[in-house]
Amino acid sequence: MGKIALLLFAVFMAISVRSEPFLPKDESQVLETLRSTAFDPADHEIRSLRALLSAEPGNVSLACQVARRCIERSRREADPRYLGRAQAALAPWWDMPTPPVDALVLRATIKQSQHDFTNALADLDLASRLNPGNVQVWLTRAIILTVLGDYAGARKTCLHLAQLAPGTIALAATASVTALNGEAGRSCALLQSALDGNSFGSGDEKTWALTVLAEALERLGHISEAEADFKAALALGQRDPYLLGAYADLLLDQGRAEEAAKLLNNETRADGLLLRLTLAESALHPRPATCDAHIAALKARFEAGHLRGDFVHQREEARFDLHLLRKPHEALRLAQANWRVQHEPADLRLLLESALAAADPGAAQPALDFMRSNRLEDVQLAKLEQQVNDKSKAVP
Amino acid sequence: MTKRLTHFVPLFAAILALATQAACAHTQSTAYLTFRFSETGIIGEWHLALRDLDDAIGLDVNDDGRITWGELLSRKEAVCAYALSRLHVWGDGHAGLLHIEDYLADNLSDGAYVVLRFNVEGIHQPSRLELDYDAFFDMDPKHRGLLRLEHDGQTLLGVFSSTTRSQVFEFGLTPARNPFFTFLKEGVWHIWSGYDHILFLLALLLPGVLLRRDGSWQPVADMRSAFVKVLKVVTAFTVAHSITLSLAVMGLVHLPSRLVESAIAASVVVAALNNLWPLFAEGAWMVAFGFGLLHGFGFANALRDLGLQHGQLALTLFGFNLGVEIGQLAIVLVFLPLALSLRHLLFYQRFILRFGSAAIIMVASTWLAERVLDFKWLPF
Repeated sequence: MGKIALLLFAVFMAISVRSEPFLPKDESQVLETLRSTAFDPADHEIRSLRALLSAEPGNVSLACQVARRCIERSRREADPRYLGRAQAALAPWWDMPTPPVDALVLRATIKQSQHDFTNALADLDLASRLNPGNVQVWLTRAIILTVLGDYAGARKTCLHLAQLAPGTIALAATASVTALNGEAGRSCALLQSALDGNSFGSGDEKTWALTVLAEALERLGHISEAEADFKAALALGQRDPYLLGAYADLLLDQGRAEEAAKLLNNETRADGLLLRLTLAESALHPRPATCDAHIAALKARFEAGHLRGDFVHQREEARFDLHLLRKPHEALRLAQANWRVQHEPADLRLLLESALAAADPGAAQPALDFMRSNRLEDVQLAKLEQQVNDKSKAVP
Repeated sequence: MTKRLTHFVPLFAAILALATQAACAHTQSTAYLTFRFSETGIIGEWHLALRDLDDAIGLDVNDDGRITWGELLSRKEAVCAYALSRLHVWGDGHAGLLHIEDYLADNLSDGAYVVLRFNVEGIHQPSRLELDYDAFFDMDPKHRGLLRLEHDGQTLLGVFSSTTRSQVFEFGLTPARNPFFTFLKEGVWHIWSGYDHILFLLALLLPGVLLRRDGSWQPVADMRSAFVKVLKVVTAFTVAHSITLSLAVMGLVHLPSRLVESAIAASVVVAALNNLWPLFAEGAWMVAFGFGLLHGFGFANALRDLGLQHGQLALTLFGFNLGVEIGQLAIVLVFLPLALSLRHLLFYQRFILRFGSAAIIMVASTWLAERVLDFKWLPF
C-alpha cells in the first residue's frame, strides 16, 4: 500500500510541475491580480490590523480580530491562504491546551474548514465548558455535526443554542438540520415566514437563510421557488462563493449549462467554482475553447493537493473524475473516502452516482442506509436510489 | 444577551459557509523546489507564488492590487534576499552557497510565480544532503514546500511543512563519486572515444618500429631501440599536452574550441603525411611534442564540458590527465607487441604503414573540413 502511494506520489510529482518559466518582454505586463479593485476596504483593514499585530503579537484580542477578518475574507474570496493567515495570527495559542475562549472558537473554525472535524469538536467542547454561554460555540458545533450527518447531535445543539439566544440565527441553524431530517416541508415554512417578517435584515444572515431555504426547496423538487430564492440571495449583493456554487448546481441539474457558464464567467480562482464552470462548458455545444484548459488546470490543482497531503478536495475531485475525466472507479474510490469524512447531501449524491457509474451498486449501500435512517427528502437522491435498486435486482 | 448576539453576528454567517468551504476552496500556498545533481554540480529551481511573496515582502509597489513584471523586477533584490535567507543547503556538513543565475516568471494552474534558478557552490557529490526550508511558514502555517530531487537517475521527493522544515537525504558513498576517480574514468574514456587522439597516436607509432634509411623504411634491429623510440614519442606527447591542458584549465591561456578542434584534425593529417613523405623521419618525438600542445587544449575543452570542480581543481585536473595517460598507455601496449612482431614483414613496411597512413589522412582531412566549415558528415 505504501509502495503504491509512493509510486502515485512520484507520478503526480512528475507531471505536476509542468512549468515553462519565461522572461516577460514588457515591464507593464500584469502577472498577478491580488484584488479586483485598487482599493478594497476589507483588504485594507486586514493589512492595518496585521501591521498592528506584528508590533504586538501577544495581544490576544487583536490576534482574534485579525483571525476573524481573515476567516471572513477566506470565505468571500474562497481563498484558503487567508485561513493560513488566520492560523498564523493565532500562532501563540494554536498548540495551547487551554487558550482564551475567543481564540479557541476561532481555532475550531479554522480546523473544521481544514476538515479536521474531530479536533474542531474537541476545541468546541472545551470552549463550551469554559464558557457555556458563548453562542458562537454552539452554532459552530451544530454546523459541524450537520456536516458529519449527526442530525440528532446537531438538533440537541440547536436546542441549546435557541435557549441561549432565541432568534433568527437559532431558527436558521435549526431549519438547516431539520430540513435534512424528515421535516423538510415544515422547515421551509418556518424559514419562509421568518423571511417574510424581515427578521433577517439584509446582510449575510439573510443570504444564509435564503440559501438554506433554496437548497431545501430544491431537494423537495420545488425548482422554480428554489431558483427565486437563490436569485433573491444573489440580489443582496454579498459575495458568496457557496451561494454561487449552489445556484450553479441547480442550473446544471436543470440542463441549463449556458446560464451556469454565464453565472460563473471569470470564476476560475476557486476550485469549486471552476469545477462547475468547466462542467457547464463541457455540456455546451460546441464546447468553448477554454474547457480543455480548465480541465488541465483542475487536474494540476488536484495533483498539487495530493502532493501537499491535503484531503479537503475529495468531493470535488470525485465529481471531476466522474463527470469530466469519466473515470468512474477512481471517482468511486474518492467518493467513498469522502463519505468516511462527511455526510452532506452532495456527498451522498456523489457516492450514489459513482457507484452507479462504476456498476458497483453495493458500494452505494452506506448512502442508502443513511438516507433511510435519517428520512432524508431529496428528489435527486430518490431517483438515484431507485436506479441503484434496479441495478441491484438486475445483478443479483 | 441581545448585545452579545450583535457582537457575534458578523461571524455567524461566515461560519456557516465555512462548514462547506472546501466546496469552493482553491489551492493553498505552495512552493515548488527542484534540485538536479550532475557530474558538474548541483542546480536548483524554485517557484515562489507572487501572492505569497507579496504578503511577505511586498511586491505591489504602487498598491493598485496588481503585480506587473516591472514591479517584480524592481523587487528582485528583496525577493532574492528573502529566498536565500529561507533556504539552506548542507552537503556532508559543509554549507552550500546559493548563487541565483536566472530570475523568471511562470504561470501555474493556481496563479503566477517567480522562478529562481540557482547553482549550489561549495558542495560536490555529497553523500549526505541536508535542506533547511523556512519560507512563508510564519505567515501561513499551511504553506508547503514541495521538493523534488533528481540524483543519479533517481527522483526523490519531500514535503516541507511548518512542522518539517528540514529534510535529509543519504546517498551512500561509492568510489565513482570521488571526483578524482570520476575524472580519471572520464580521462580514459575521452581518449578511447575521441578517435582523433587515437589516430594521431597511431600515425606517430606506425613508423616507431622502423628506421628511415636511404629513402626507405627498414625494421629496427633490436627491440630496445624500438622501445626507446616509442617512449620518446609518447613522453613528448604526454608532457606537451599536460602543459597546455594545465594552462588552459587554470585559465591562463584560452583558445576557441573550433580552432583547437580544427588544428587537432590538421595535426593528424600532418602526422600521417610525414609517414608517406618524411620531413621529420627521426624527429617524430618533436612532431609529438609540437602537436601535443594542441591536443592539450582539446583535452581542456573536454574537461570544461564535464564541469570543473572549483576548489578541487588540482584533484580534477590530475585525475583527468592521469586518465588520459592510462588510456594512451593501453593503446600503446596493444599496438607495440603487434608492430614489433610484424616489423620484419614487407607487408608491414609497404602495406600497413602506407595504407594505414593514407586511411588516416582521408579520415582526418574529412574531420578538418567538417570542423573548419562547421558541418557533420562522418558518424564519429
